[in-house]
Parts: sequence; structure tokens; C-alpha cells
Amino acid sequence: MMGPFPSGPLKWLQEQPSSRLLRSFPASSSLLYTQHKRTPSPSPSKMLWVDKYRPKSLDKVLVHEDVAQNLKKLVTEQDCPHLLFYGPPGSGKKTLIMALLRQMFGAGAEKVKVENKNWKVDAGSRTIDLELTTLSSTHHVELNPSDAGFQDRYIVQEIIKEMAKNRPIDTKGKKGFKVLVLNEVDKLSREAQHSLRRTMEKYSASCRLILCCDSSSKVTEAVRSRCLNVRVSAPKEDQIVKVLEFIGKKEGLQLPPGFAARIAEKSGRSLRRAILSFETCRVQQYPFTNNQVISPMDWEEYVTEIAADIMKEQSPKRLFQVRGKLYELLVNCIPPEVILKRLLHELLKKLDSELKHEVCHWAAYYEHRMRLGQKAIFHIEAFVAKFMSIYKGFLIATFG
Amino acid sequence: MAPLLQSSQPWVEKYRPRRVKDVAHQDEVIRVLTNTLETTNCPHMLFYGPPGTGKTTTALAIAHQLYGPELYKSRVLELNASDDRGINVVRTKIKNFAAVAVGSGHQGGYPCPPYKIIILDEADSMTEDAQNALRRTMETYSKVTRFFFICNYISRIIEPLASRCAKFRFKPLSEEIMSTRVLHICHEEGLNLDSEALSTLSSISQGDLRRAITFLQGAARLFGSSISSKDLISVSGVVPQEVVQALVAACKSGSFDSANKQVNNVIAEGYPVSQMLCQLFDLVVESDDVSDEQKARICKKLAESDKCLVDGADEYLQLLDSCSCMIKAFSNMPEGFSNEI
Repeated sequence: MMGPFPSGPLKWLQEQPSSRLLRSFPASSSLLYTQHKRTPSPSPSKMLWVDKYRPKSLDKVLVHEDVAQNLKKLVTEQDCPHLLFYGPPGSGKKTLIMALLRQMFGAGAEKVKVENKNWKVDAGSRTIDLELTTLSSTHHVELNPSDAGFQDRYIVQEIIKEMAKNRPIDTKGKKGFKVLVLNEVDKLSREAQHSLRRTMEKYSASCRLILCCDSSSKVTEAVRSRCLNVRVSAPKEDQIVKVLEFIGKKEGLQLPPGFAARIAEKSGRSLRRAILSFETCRVQQYPFTNNQVISPMDWEEYVTEIAADIMKEQSPKRLFQVRGKLYELLVNCIPPEVILKRLLHELLKKLDSELKHEVCHWAAYYEHRMRLGQKAIFHIEAFVAKFMSIYKGFLIATFG
Repeated sequence: MAPLLQSSQPWVEKYRPRRVKDVAHQDEVIRVLTNTLETTNCPHMLFYGPPGTGKTTTALAIAHQLYGPELYKSRVLELNASDDRGINVVRTKIKNFAAVAVGSGHQGGYPCPPYKIIILDEADSMTEDAQNALRRTMETYSKVTRFFFICNYISRIIEPLASRCAKFRFKPLSEEIMSTRVLHICHEEGLNLDSEALSTLSSISQGDLRRAITFLQGAARLFGSSISSKDLISVSGVVPQEVVQALVAACKSGSFDSANKQVNNVIAEGYPVSQMLCQLFDLVVESDDVSDEQKARICKKLAESDKCLVDGADEYLQLLDSCSCMIKAFSNMPEGFSNEI
């Protein structure tokens, strides 16, 4: 069977939601102990546009100008509360955070190095070894605590303690605190979030936390109420068009009218995705033509294929074939809930409205089960089987 | 460690009342406690009530007024939920502290009664074992130690403990009291708050003064000295009412696709779905053109979705499921599905 990813590394980067930390990097950097600046890599032409045109300062932000201005006001007041950024993927949370750090500390915040850090934690009767990749400059440390799995609590406690000890010296009105950027706080365990709230208060004099997550529902109220919440909404389509036109101008490209709008429409309001598919189009064919196909992502096409398979035939044999394809997707690191959502989206397109309610109910039901359970394939497959049974029942009832 | 910058101190701490008689709106408790200050006689206390009504403030204030800054450290033990309060701590730390006898005598104008105070904040999160271990300790050392329990839900305090204490319920703050407090802070901080923003603030904080002050400070930091009600809403994370109404209207129209579109919009705008469910609940329960049966069906579904969200389920799917249930309830379609297994 052909794998779903034939077309090179660029596509791979599109919306691969794991490993948030490394995503903000140019793809070429080696991981361990490399000292390099985040942005001016040797030849900017080799960088992805997403990184190349990432706004560096709060003034240059194109999409969330109002949020950026507010953040700027916040840091000019010599003091900064803990912050919690939340919003859907590709809306610009990370960009805002990086710009904010630069605003606070100047260019020093951009000299980052990647480190694989080890901690030995004494937990009563045994010691726990933890390893985690961090991204740090002299002023801030960025990490992804949920990578530590169920031991994330120790990471949260240890690193903040460590940072509080290595407090930068307060010279000439420079700020006497470090900033800790925590990604994906919504994936932290409940215990970790609870110990976070205590640590936030205890060490608030020497470090500030910037938390970043997709959905603030999964962050406990106690943590949320200690932070200033900043909602970053997905950019509107016309805003995406504006950004694409800006990039086109900088790259010296001729954009046929309506071309940017079509990309924006396909992007599902994710700016990152829009820019990546814009670049893909550039690679595929230039000059752009008006009827150029904006290819969807490979895995999406693949899910569409699966949905078509399911609609065509509802039988155990077909279920078995679909399982193979689902495995293919999972093996390629597409998160199961993303697959399920996309599958639902594709199926809903083809259904009568009376069936839609039922199908979306079961999608929600199995996604919840998937969260409680261990192995995702069971639940996706259960959903497919359920759908087949509903659909077949419907066909028999209607056509006999 | 260098002292905190003055401006980074949360206003909640800065404007915490220091004396018992400054605590707003809790007359009954205050009468008893002012009496205590005069006679230096004090029972075990149990304060309960919703968050942000002044329970911790009252307990801290009475302790400070009894002992003054010098003796406070040696006479008062404060433990809250983020400290370890397992049964071991009760058996060792609390017991050791409770056992020490202290003398009385006026010092520097403070009454300094001959007993110590142990404040157990958020006592409802203590395990039942730990609470049981306290029973005998409370009685044995009642001559030299008084316990102050503070909790949100009195039902989670075991009966033997509750019966040993004088219970005081803290009422949610009324709108006028809240407004006067907020206006006082605005005056001190030089903020401009119009009357519309003031009423928004009291409605989104729902009687919780701490939340109101936190929102106010957040808004002041972001938007400067003149704050509108829109600013407050954006800081508080409350979903604007128009968005909720649009979603309900889409559900009432009976079209699955338009509801789906609204749900997509809510997710893209990044509104927290748990908050959305709360506001949907409020809107549905208060609306007049929905029958009781429909309300019941919708509320049941909202509760289920909320539980799923707590378990970490996907926001989009849960909201879509709730909306689909609302569509069916509004158009009186039968509950459940044809081929349920």
C-alpha cells in the first residue's frame, strides 16, 4: 500500500501537532547544544516562510494588533503578571509570546540554545530520573512539561525552584526576574496543575510564567484566576489574505486576484497552514494561475478516501480494510482526535440531516472514550463500525 | 530576595481588610468577633460560604488583632490546601503546635489571650481520615488552642468536627456592597469606571469580590485607567452574550449545518467551551419560550458534556453534540436514537 506522505518534508511540517517546542525552529537546526540565533540563520532563502515572516516585534504584528498593543502597554509598566495565552492552533500565540519576550528583554531573548536537561528528583523512597528538552536564553526558559508524561509534576516543581535560585542580578533597572514559558499546559495532569498554583505564588518575586494552551477549559480555575488571560482568536479570512499579500509582495510574486482568498478559505482560519500551503503552491507552480489547484494536506485526502470507502460499502471486510488505513495514519503521527474530527467532517458532508445528529453524538461519545482509554485505534474503529451499522440500517429502512 | 515591587502586588492583597470591622456585609460574624476582641473569649469557629466573601480575610484579621505583629508568628499556624495536610501532618505538626501552652498578658495594646489559633483554610479538601484525627486533638488541647476551619462546602466537613464549632455562614456580596468596594479601589488607584462597566463587573463576578478585583486589576493593566464593560468582559474570559445568542438561535432554526457553522466559529474564536456551556445553561433556563421538558433535556445533555470536558474530551465534538441535542429538543424530536444498543 502506498503511504499517505509521498511529497517530501515540507508537507510533513504542515500541522504536525506533536512537538510544539521544536516547531518554532527552522527545520535544519541540529538539536543538541547548538548555539544559534532563532531568526537570522545563514541563508534566509532556505527558511520556511512561516519562520521567515514571523513578526519579530509587537509593533510589526499584522493580525492581532489590538492584543499586541495591550501587551506592549503591559510590559512598559515595569512589571508583568503571569500570563495565559489561549486560542486555536495557528492563531499566533507563540509569535505573540516571542515578540513579547523581545519587547521585555531586547535582542538577548532571541539568542536561544537547545539543551537536553536531566533532573534527579528525590521523591520519598526513590529517585526519579527525568529528561527533557528545553530552549533557553539568559532571560527565559521554554519547555514542554507535558512531554514528561505522568511525571510532569516534578518537572514543574523542580525547574521553577531551579530558576528561582539562579535569579538574574538586578542591575541598572533591568528586570530582576526570569520568564518561564510553558507550552501545552492543557495537557498537564491535574496534580501538576495544582502544584503549579502553589509554585506560582511562592516564587512570583523571581519568575514570571507565560502559559500557552489550545483550550482553557482544561486548565484549572485556580491557575486561570492567577493569570491574566489573553485570548488569541483565529485570524479572519481577510486578515489571512492581508498577510499572504504582504508575503507575496516581499517575495516579489505576482498574485492573481482571488488566489490568496482561495488559500485563506482552504486554511480553516489557521495562519500557519495558509502560509505553508502558499509556499507549497509557489514550489509547485509559478507564475500562479487562476485555476491552480491548492492541494489539501495528504492526510486529509487520505481521510476523505477512508470516508468514501465507508460510504461505499458497510461490511466487516471493508472495516478491516479501513483499519489498515487508520493504522497508516496513526503510524504517521496524526493525532487520533484529529483523525476522528476530520472523518466526522467528511462523513457529515454526505449525510442526510436526520442522520447527522446521531453520527455526531457517537463521534463525541467515542472521542470521550478514547480520552479515557489507552489505545486510540479501538475507539476510532468502534466509531467506524457504529457508523456503518447506522448507515446500513438507514439504507435498509429507506430503500428496503 | 528583594522585596516585591509595589505595583506587582495583587490588589486583592493590597486591599484586603486588616481589621474585622472593615469586612463588608457579614454583620453577624463581625458582631460575634468584636465581642471576642473585648472579652478575649473565643470558641472554635467554622466559616463557610462561597469563594470571595471574606472568610480568610476575617480569620486573618481577628488573628492579627488579637496578637499584633510580634506575637503573630508564634501564636498562629496557617495551613491551606497547597500545604501537605495528610494524616501525618495532623498527627505531628498540628498536634505539636496545639500542645504548647502559652501565657496571657497584654502586650503593646493587643489583648493576647492565653491560647493559640490554628487556621485551616480550604478545610473541605482535607481527607476524612485527617479530619477524624483532629477530633480528639481539638478537645484535648481546647484550653490552649482554638481552631478556625474555613471551607466552601460545609457538607464535606465531617459532623463530629462541625458540631464542635460555632458555625458562621458567609453570604454572597450584594451588588451595592460590591459596587462601593470596587469604587473605593478605583478611587485609590485613579481609575475611571462608568456605571455600565460597574454593573457588568458585578454580574460577571457573581458575588465574588476577589474575582471582581482580579478582573479589575487585569483590565487596568491592559487597558489603562479608563475601563469599559467590553474590556472587563475580554479580561474575564466570559463569552459575549451575542455569541451565545447566535448559537442558540442557530439551534432554534433547526438546521444542523448552521449550528455546525456557529460551533466552528466559537472554536475558532477561542472561547472556552466550559464557559460556553455555563452561559448556554443560564440562557436556556431563563428563557420563557422553552418548555420545561425541553429545558430538562437540554440541561441533562449540558451536564454530560461538562463531565466529558473535565475528562479531557475534545471541545468541538462536545459542543457540537450539545447543540445537536438542543436542535432536537427545540423541534421536539424524540430523544435517543432509533437503533440504540
